[in-house]
Amino acid sequence: METPTKLPPSSPSSPTTGFSVPSAEKVDGFPRRSMRRARQRRSHSSSQFRYQSSQVELTPLPLLKDAPVAELHDLFCKKLQQCCVLFDFLDCVADLKGKEIKRAALNELVESVATSRGVLIEPLYPEAIKMISVNIFRTLPPSENPDFDPEEDEPTLEASWPHLQLVYEFFLRFLESPDFQPSMAKRYVDQKFVLQLLELFDSEDPREREYLKTILHRVYGKLLGLRAYIRKQINNIFLRFIYETEHFNGVAELLEILGSIINGFALPLKSEHKQFLVRVLIPLHTAKSLSIFHAQLAYCVVQFMEKDATVTEYIIRGLLKYWPKTCTQKEVMFLGEIEEILDVIEPSQFIRVQEPLFKQIAACISSPHFQVAERALYFWNNEYILSLIEENCQVILPLVFGTLYRVSKEHWNQTIVSLIYNVLKTFMEMNSKLFDDLTASYKVEKQKELKRERERAELWRSLEEQQERRLQSLGEASRNQKNLQEREKNSKNEPENSAANAT
Amino acid sequence: SAGSCHSVSSSGMAGADGDDSLYPIAVLIDELRNEDVQLRLNSIKKLSTIALALGVERTRTELLPFLTDTIYDEDEVLLALAEQLGNFTMLVGGPEYVHCLLPPLESLATVEETVVRDKAVESLRKISHEHSPVDLEVHFEPLVKRLASGDWFTSRTSACGLFSVCYPRVSSTVKAEIRQHFRNLCSDDTPMVRRAAASKLGEFAKVLELEYVKSDIISLFTALASDEQDSVRLLAVEACVSIATLLPQEDLETLVMPTLRQAAEDKSWRVRYMVADKFSELQKAVGPEITKNDLVPAFQNLLKDCEAEVRAAAANKVKEFCENLPEDSRETIIMTHILPCVKELVSDTNQHVKSALASVIMGLSTILGKDNTIEHLLPLFLAQLKDECPEVRLNIISNLDCVNEVIGIRQLSQSLLPAIVELAEDAKWRVRLAIIEYMPLLAGQLGVEFFDEKLNSLCMAWLVDHVYAIREAATCNLTKLVEKFGAEWAQNTIVPKVLGMANDPNYLHRMTTLFCINALSEACGQEITTKHMLPVVLKMSNDQVANVRFNVAKSLQKIGPVLDSNCLQTEVKPVLEKLAADQDIDVKYFAQEAISVLALA
Repeated sequence: METPTKLPPSSPSSPTTGFSVPSAEKVDGFPRRSMRRARQRRSHSSSQFRYQSSQVELTPLPLLKDAPVAELHDLFCKKLQQCCVLFDFLDCVADLKGKEIKRAALNELVESVATSRGVLIEPLYPEAIKMISVNIFRTLPPSENPDFDPEEDEPTLEASWPHLQLVYEFFLRFLESPDFQPSMAKRYVDQKFVLQLLELFDSEDPREREYLKTILHRVYGKLLGLRAYIRKQINNIFLRFIYETEHFNGVAELLEILGSIINGFALPLKSEHKQFLVRVLIPLHTAKSLSIFHAQLAYCVVQFMEKDATVTEYIIRGLLKYWPKTCTQKEVMFLGEIEEILDVIEPSQFIRVQEPLFKQIAACISSPHFQVAERALYFWNNEYILSLIEENCQVILPLVFGTLYRVSKEHWNQTIVSLIYNVLKTFMEMNSKLFDDLTASYKVEKQKELKRERERAELWRSLEEQQERRLQSLGEASRNQKNLQEREKNSKNEPENSAANAT
Repeated sequence: SAGSCHSVSSSGMAGADGDDSLYPIAVLIDELRNEDVQLRLNSIKKLSTIALALGVERTRTELLPFLTDTIYDEDEVLLALAEQLGNFTMLVGGPEYVHCLLPPLESLATVEETVVRDKAVESLRKISHEHSPVDLEVHFEPLVKRLASGDWFTSRTSACGLFSVCYPRVSSTVKAEIRQHFRNLCSDDTPMVRRAAASKLGEFAKVLELEYVKSDIISLFTALASDEQDSVRLLAVEACVSIATLLPQEDLETLVMPTLRQAAEDKSWRVRYMVADKFSELQKAVGPEITKNDLVPAFQNLLKDCEAEVRAAAANKVKEFCENLPEDSRETIIMTHILPCVKELVSDTNQHVKSALASVIMGLSTILGKDNTIEHLLPLFLAQLKDECPEVRLNIISNLDCVNEVIGIRQLSQSLLPAIVELAEDAKWRVRLAIIEYMPLLAGQLGVEFFDEKLNSLCMAWLVDHVYAIREAATCNLTKLVEKFGAEWAQNTIVPKVLGMANDPNYLHRMTTLFCINALSEACGQEITTKHMLPVVLKMSNDQVANVRFNVAKSLQKIGPVLDSNCLQTEVKPVLEKLAADQDIDVKYFAQEAISVLALA
């Protein structure tokens, strides 16, 4: 049985900082977008109001705490119904009285569900879920800023948050209440409900996503029948994000939940889970906005490895397949993730991937971007990695030697050059014989490489010549054929002429 | 070798020369396996060369199996491969053998990366036409079926794009199977597949027999249009256009309209946006009667939608919608139903909405005629000309020609001027640039008198703008004005001011003089150029700033062809020779270039 481990015990009202990604280190010191940023405003938006056809006037109900026990449930129910009325928050002065009544009612509901026992009886479940659905489920408004960059821009905040927050708080308390009965809830918190809940993770408002994260985690923990469905729908969201829209605000939050779900996977891993790793988690690395959720993603990947070491090869080969070609910032992130992986890799698994891996690392060391080269060279400061390298020196040194040798002579950045000298020195100490052999054969290898290069060029040149000749002869052939056909036609029409031609 | 024997027998083209054996497949395949991605990519892009070298038979028996079995590569390489294979028919021996290309394309159609898959599907669609009807049933259709029932969503997604190319050319039994597969994919478990199916629904409907459009397609359409995901529902709206076009008018009301009405009122703004965006197409597809009864109120609602995105999309369609209204009731509908909404949009809170409206609103004047335009539209134009957002004003100004035809621009000119002046001085240089581009048009419509009086000074002021792009555009603008108003006008109004800048203390302004002369000399003609411009240019050859001096050389090269040969020899040549001996290397270079281009050496 899978048991999700606990998320960091965070009340969403105090957002966790555990996973916060340092906002992209500015490499070049230039502000990345100039003028437009100057007058960013914190905008508010809400799609919620439209469907309220006629506005109902709210009248305050008696307080729950004053209600006689016999009437408590009835009053609770009435308050839930009252809270189904939606208000226009874009017009901040509209119906202030009504808003205040609803706010007070929500507050009371939150407090009641959190503190008093025995409130949650069966007839209240559909009413509570209805109130929650009416309030939170809505089509999220279009982003006010079409090229919203979560790292740089202020998010659009949900205008109706003063009510929405209390509704989320109520939902959370409801799920966490000791009286909460999954067997009753599952009739109302069904697949359709969960699907709509997941769509809300696209909200631009980080406060809302924080609540959703905790709530979904509770739902996953308590309603066992929905687990497979939740995982499948998260897959779909990720696949749409990767292959269709490249846009979804809640990737980091969903990954955070998954991180704890993976932790609870039973062994051996089901093929569904392996497929999730290979076809969803690894491809997530291709996203343009990787920096926003990379910490959570790397955490999930490492979780998988720690569960089952045999997935290591899939992971490393996957990362190598999607290795960034032009974005150095992402390259640094990949290198960071590789180091996290190497930190926990099993030596037997390391041997399976060392060859392609160190070819890539060599390529990174020769990157003209010094942060990439530096990040790769830092691997040699990691004792565990160093011990793996030492054990496999015979394989690894020949893979990286040429690069180290060349870059030590060519790199523009002195820090890199001195880091490389250190690495070379380490290798010399590890295996001086091999090191000397490689130094001696370096020039010969270079020559061989050049020769191969020339041979390739020659091959292609002659292939293309041949193609040219063939196309020509093809062209000639078709011309001849055409001539022949025409002559045949002519000969039918004018037999005398063709006879003359033939002679 | 055995290989070369095969290829000689296979076709005429391989017989042309017998040197295939020079290139054992191993060498070529080595190239396709090179460690360096870039080299692999280069090889794949030249796959046709390799195939040609191998000949058709070895391409079929050795190269294609290799590609099918062993290529697991970077998406970039796969993309190139998918594209190449679409053009491979001749290289495998013509249509007779085209089915050999199916196995590699089939596996490419199942990969994760969308661009690769889409390219594979595109190539499959392409080569489907080269299959004979028999081959289509024996080879192609089974492939489509395999894809349609694949485990992973990618293959099912790819299948969606292949139904419509084989359906028309297969037997009725197979047709029934294809319809069944399409039905299954429309109700697939994964939204990705439903989206792919929804996006191909219109295309598939077009190749189906009408009875099946009515029985199959309509129910699929209705189901997709009420999918739980809005990303699926909005694709159904697109299909709606094709489906409505296929059905006879009398069936539209019962088969299509309930769904369309529901889409126009969908709770997701994305779906409503799609309806607004496709409104003109929908209008044409459903015909005038339904337009009058249903689409007019729907359009009104979209213009009043609570989401700005939707209002903007609808505002964009105002002109087209009005144009396509049935003539008998067009004016009434516009005046009573559309115009009131348009009036409200003029003062919308969202600038994208206003600017979308401003880009089409002027088009209404031709539809409504002079009196209505003056009475009802003019106040709206004027209001938009005063809008706080420069884009709105620009859009109005850029469409002035429509109004000009109906009521003449004079009606507007009093309001136009302040708007133009304000845009001309806008803090954003892109706004200034945009208004400069409309100057020749405005000048033509407002006439020379109005121009001289009100706009000329603006045009001259742009020449000393602090942004180069504006100065450049201003220079170009002058040329167009001269083309419009003639050389005499140029000599009297522009040339003196341009030449005056030659003495400006700022070298950038002095250079602007030269740029203007470059641009104007041809339009002004030989006389003005020789008499007024040339002396100034020659004098500037003594400028102390080297950039000015080498621009003198460039200018002389440019205006040389306008001058007569005597003048070139006596006046231009000495100056260029002097510049060719300048101590600045760039001045020398451009002087020498001018000397050789003008053949003065």
